[in-house]
Amino acid sequence: MKVREFLCKKRKTMQFEQILQYTFSGLSTGAIYALIGIGFSIIFTATGIINFAQGEFVMLGGMLTLFFLEVLKLPLWAAIPSAVAVSALAGLLFERLAIRPLRQPTPLNLVIVTIAGSILIRGLAMLLWGKDTHAIPPFTGDEPISIAGATILPQHIWILAITLLIIAVNKFFFYHTISGKAMRACSYNRRAAGLVGIDVHRMVLFSFVISSVLGSLAGIIVAPLTMTAYDVGIMLGLKGFCAAIIGGMSSGMATVVGGLILGVLESLGAGLISSGYKDAIAFIILLLILFIRPQGLFGKAESERV
Amino acid sequence: MLRLKNINTYYGKVHALKNVSLHLGEGEIVTLIGANGAGKTTILNTISGVTPAGGGEVLFRKEPVTTLTPDRIVKYGISQVPEGRQVFKPLSVEDNLELGAYLRYRSREDRSAIRRDMAQVFTLFPRLEERRRQLAGTMSGGEQQMLAIGRALMANPKLLLLDEPSMGLAPLVVQEIFRVLERLRRENGVTVLLVEQNAKAALKLADRGYVLETGKIILEGPSEELRENAEVKRAYLGKDKKEIWER
Repeated sequence: MKVREFLCKKRKTMQFEQILQYTFSGLSTGAIYALIGIGFSIIFTATGIINFAQGEFVMLGGMLTLFFLEVLKLPLWAAIPSAVAVSALAGLLFERLAIRPLRQPTPLNLVIVTIAGSILIRGLAMLLWGKDTHAIPPFTGDEPISIAGATILPQHIWILAITLLIIAVNKFFFYHTISGKAMRACSYNRRAAGLVGIDVHRMVLFSFVISSVLGSLAGIIVAPLTMTAYDVGIMLGLKGFCAAIIGGMSSGMATVVGGLILGVLESLGAGLISSGYKDAIAFIILLLILFIRPQGLFGKAESERV
Repeated sequence: MLRLKNINTYYGKVHALKNVSLHLGEGEIVTLIGANGAGKTTILNTISGVTPAGGGEVLFRKEPVTTLTPDRIVKYGISQVPEGRQVFKPLSVEDNLELGAYLRYRSREDRSAIRRDMAQVFTLFPRLEERRRQLAGTMSGGEQQMLAIGRALMANPKLLLLDEPSMGLAPLVVQEIFRVLERLRRENGVTVLLVEQNAKAALKLADRGYVLETGKIILEGPSEELRENAEVKRAYLGKDKKEIWER
């Protein structure tokens, strides 16, 4: 009898600890999805395009950091900004060479071009760096920290901290600087933005650069946990897209919350049901949102204000 | 100050402006009247560089500005208040005004000059100051029109192009807005090109007027003259009919 009680209790605490553990790791992957999702929504609000190449910038972040670390033997603190800078340049070239020259920029054409761009970038990465999976060393060791029976890695804390910082910077840029306000103005009313002298083309270019920076940063901070390869962009990109859809394609907190919800549900589902369903969960959520609330989970409040 | 010479503008294959020539003197208020689709808005957009002319020349202070992009035109000192106000609805009143001065921020102009101009907009339209933190989209039509004018003024223009500022507004609000235009001319020497459907109010305010019909200027002259013109009366002031009816 006693043994049974003991076992029962033990199972309960086990379960609690497990859930906490899954939640922690879910939050950190969710933060990554949020960053990628914000990248999607920035370009979407600026141009009305869903940039399916967004995931490739995530891949570029990780792979370029690796390149700077291993090939050029730079220290980590130098490799990261260099990787971000090169990714930003790639984003700029992508807009200039693939998006802007389009003769008939209908949404469908633009989306197809971004898909083509993503395949091209992925192919180039494969030719350059091969098909192997690589690991980036964690930023500050891999000594696990235990919190209330769950353990987290220092990298998890890095991910959450950097994500919070980026979100804060992002918010400041869009709400308190003239360039950020101009970008928002462009997305709300292109014609009027042109008439006050805002160069709409330049704002579109900016939006691509900003989202490639966000994407590459996401790819860099997640690489020590999940490894990186030429094709990690596909899945991460789709998950980020999911986060943006949950958030109703708004670049604010809604997408962040969307990413976190997605990350936690995915991690709980993988842990408690089966890890085989991890990706399926994300896409079931995506489909449900598109069926039931295509304006996003928090879409109502937003649409009233517009 | 502004001179259009034989302007021809096309929307695809549609010939929207046919050999339009007009001029504005420094400090003048000139109105363009005409029916829907006559090409009034197209003239403003051609000046602003939104739909550049396919032929002819636009001269601003004797310099050709025919093919410049909208942002360069604003830099030259020509601001447009577009039809339907087109304020940035999800942004605050203050942000809207700041964006009006976007190019001045970009050229690193002294912030205090920009703030001074914002204060001036607030003295012209005290209601905007009361609502400076409110989102533009939540204001009434008249207030949005004031904001649209204020935003254009923030660029510090020499020439203001207004597209149907009275549209959908109560007569009292229209009066208030037209008084501000007069005050701007008197105090700041701003030149105004006013496009209006409300020909009566526009001809009362303006010094001169042009009458546009299917892309061509068919009449021009001082406002008093146009007001007395039988053709204008019949087509745009709706006078004749009433008189017949009264008789």
